[in-house]
Amino acid sequence: MSTAVDAAGIRRLTQQLLADRPPATTDRTDFLEARFDAGLAWVHYPVGLGGLDAPRSLQPVVDAELAAAGAPDNDPRRIGIGLGMAAPTILGYGTEEQKRRFLRPLWTGAEVWCQLFSEPGAGSDLAALGTRAVRDGDDWVVDGQKVWTSSAHLARWAILIARTDPDVPKHRGISYFICDMTDPGVEVRPLRQITGEAEFNEVFLTGVRIPDSRRLGPVGDGWKVAQTTLMNERVSIGGARIPREGGMIGTVAKTWREQPDLRTHDLHQRLLTLWVEAEVARLTGERLRQQLVAGQPGPEGSGMKLAFARLNQEISGLEVELLGDEGLLYSDWTMRRPELVDFTGRDAGYRYLRSKGNSIEGGTSEVLLNIVAERVLGLPVEPRNDKDVAWKDLAR
Amino acid sequence: MTVQTEAVQAPDLLYSEAEEDLRSAVRSLLADRADAPTVIAGIESDTPYDLRLWESLAAGIGAAGLLVPEKLGGQGATHREAAVVLEELGRSVAPAPYLTSAVVATEILLALGADGGPAAGLLAELASGRKVAVLALPFSTPPADAGAAMTGTLERTVSGVAEAAAADVLLVPTADGLYAVETAGDGVDVRALVPLDLTRPLATVTLAGATGTLLADAAPAAEAVSRGLLAGAGLLASEQLGLAEWCLTETVRHTRERHQFNRPVGSFQSLKHRMAQLWLEVVSARAAARNAADALAAGSPDAPLAVAVAQAYCSEVAVHAAEECVQLHGGIGMTWEHPAHLYLKRAKADSIAYGTAGRHREAVAALVELPAP
Repeated sequence: MSTAVDAAGIRRLTQQLLADRPPATTDRTDFLEARFDAGLAWVHYPVGLGGLDAPRSLQPVVDAELAAAGAPDNDPRRIGIGLGMAAPTILGYGTEEQKRRFLRPLWTGAEVWCQLFSEPGAGSDLAALGTRAVRDGDDWVVDGQKVWTSSAHLARWAILIARTDPDVPKHRGISYFICDMTDPGVEVRPLRQITGEAEFNEVFLTGVRIPDSRRLGPVGDGWKVAQTTLMNERVSIGGARIPREGGMIGTVAKTWREQPDLRTHDLHQRLLTLWVEAEVARLTGERLRQQLVAGQPGPEGSGMKLAFARLNQEISGLEVELLGDEGLLYSDWTMRRPELVDFTGRDAGYRYLRSKGNSIEGGTSEVLLNIVAERVLGLPVEPRNDKDVAWKDLAR
Repeated sequence: MTVQTEAVQAPDLLYSEAEEDLRSAVRSLLADRADAPTVIAGIESDTPYDLRLWESLAAGIGAAGLLVPEKLGGQGATHREAAVVLEELGRSVAPAPYLTSAVVATEILLALGADGGPAAGLLAELASGRKVAVLALPFSTPPADAGAAMTGTLERTVSGVAEAAAADVLLVPTADGLYAVETAGDGVDVRALVPLDLTRPLATVTLAGATGTLLADAAPAAEAVSRGLLAGAGLLASEQLGLAEWCLTETVRHTRERHQFNRPVGSFQSLKHRMAQLWLEVVSARAAARNAADALAAGSPDAPLAVAVAQAYCSEVAVHAAEECVQLHGGIGMTWEHPAHLYLKRAKADSIAYGTAGRHREAVAALVELPAP
């Protein structure tokens, strides 16, 4: 193991990078590429792929040094799907060639990624998906429709799951691909939501050709590969570190302090209950992070998204009510395609409406409760009638 | 030795290896001496406390002296370790005057700065488990009411005093200060009440012509009583956590085994979701309870908020867990023979002890400046 893999060594490498490419006089892309090549992008990744094979807990050493030096970052909010979902899947299942081709521009943000998983007929039951991929020489030809695709209109690449064998039970006939979003058969249409915006898209795939060299994992193993992606999605939605009164509760608390005329006894009781629950959820997230750092990962992560979805909904609902006359108004219903997913921005009405999606996206709360019950508590699974039936024979 | 920490420092919410070892020791003692049939038999007897159990816990394991520095006769540990003992006591609902004597009374004596003097002597006896002392205030008194409790004289009646029947010494707040009164002395009457929670006896204490030793004047005594109640409320959250965890574990076990409609009842989604929800609450209660214990251990300026948050949250989790435990056990959960009722009664009583969740939310409101209209 190289001597660089401790805090002092990593700090030395970071200083070296800053000396070679002073942020003040270096182009942003050049700097990010140099950072990747120095192994300081994600230190827990392998050498040569933006990392140093170092413990993940050493990443903050790099981040703190670079932030202090005013170095540009890769704007992680803009490329969250690439960083949080595509990258770990490519790292886990990609060929050496795929890792070398895709991880660098993914991390620098030169190439944005999106996720082609959900379909109109396959939401909670994602494994029932019907988008077909048919082998044709060295290519696969893909036809179908995907939905709830954020960033599809900005993306260069997509992670895609499609059915390669309809004659076996649904979980077994799926394969995982990297789809070129510039292929002429890819059509992206905005999907307007209850907020008035179109943060998501529908994606129509018609005769899209994907070379077999862009398959991730074995043919028919796509469901297993997708589990890597989905576990990372749930962690990234529920796992952000927040300070006390961070998130939505801080906004309501501020309004409460600044506008005494809005206060009522009923709202006070509800506000305090939610304040306590938000603080406890914050502590629960903090405890989960401490477990991860100590190398004792627990199952608590499965619960965090459930807690934050409910809290966001209840707090934003209270906020609209607290605002009274102002709560009757909405900032703007104009149809837009925002670049960033924003749960907390804009006004209370927007937060109230947007948070309704928190208990649906990335696994509905009902499905997550099933997962906790079966995988954490070990309760028996629901009897099911789709396990041994070929996909083509399922009711739909 | 604890170090004053900065408010900005993140609390340590995990368990150390030493804390897990302590847990194992307490758990195996309670499994040996306080299984459910033993506890049920005990609450129907005239001696609610198993004195041999208390001796083993307090002196044998050394749990009674955890909060007390070694030079004062204790183990020199902290609230973090005492919290682990309380998790296990909550899990077993065994009657033991731990929270009242080894936490609240002990913390009060520590706060009085027990270098020499009568407080130091008593502290050493509590730490060794040779004596039990309880604060002569109603069990429902929240930390915020400590100042108001410094009233009256040694001629008085106090109702709803927890574990007074097990006590050798009463700590009695008066307008003059805090007195230590021997329960065996003249003019002291301790009369047992019929409690909702049979595993934590309550009594009415009547003092008429009793004498006591003045431990501190009113101002330092009020401060000390407040600190004692804060520690009690904060560590009660760990008892509530242990209790809730037992309820969830037993409910999962029962619904996996119990068959109706030719399937385990635990395979029905409506039941699974209720248990998964409870799991989320227990996981959250653990973070809140550890945060309170850690803040108390560190003497953090954040301790009053950490305690108020833990009590406002964990009280309701324990009651919810115990109520779900009774419901999801079906008919067997309504029987005297099954221990679920012990947990329900303890949880409900705990939700009043050292202030209801509502009282602690009021404390939160004051501490974070979210005032009532």
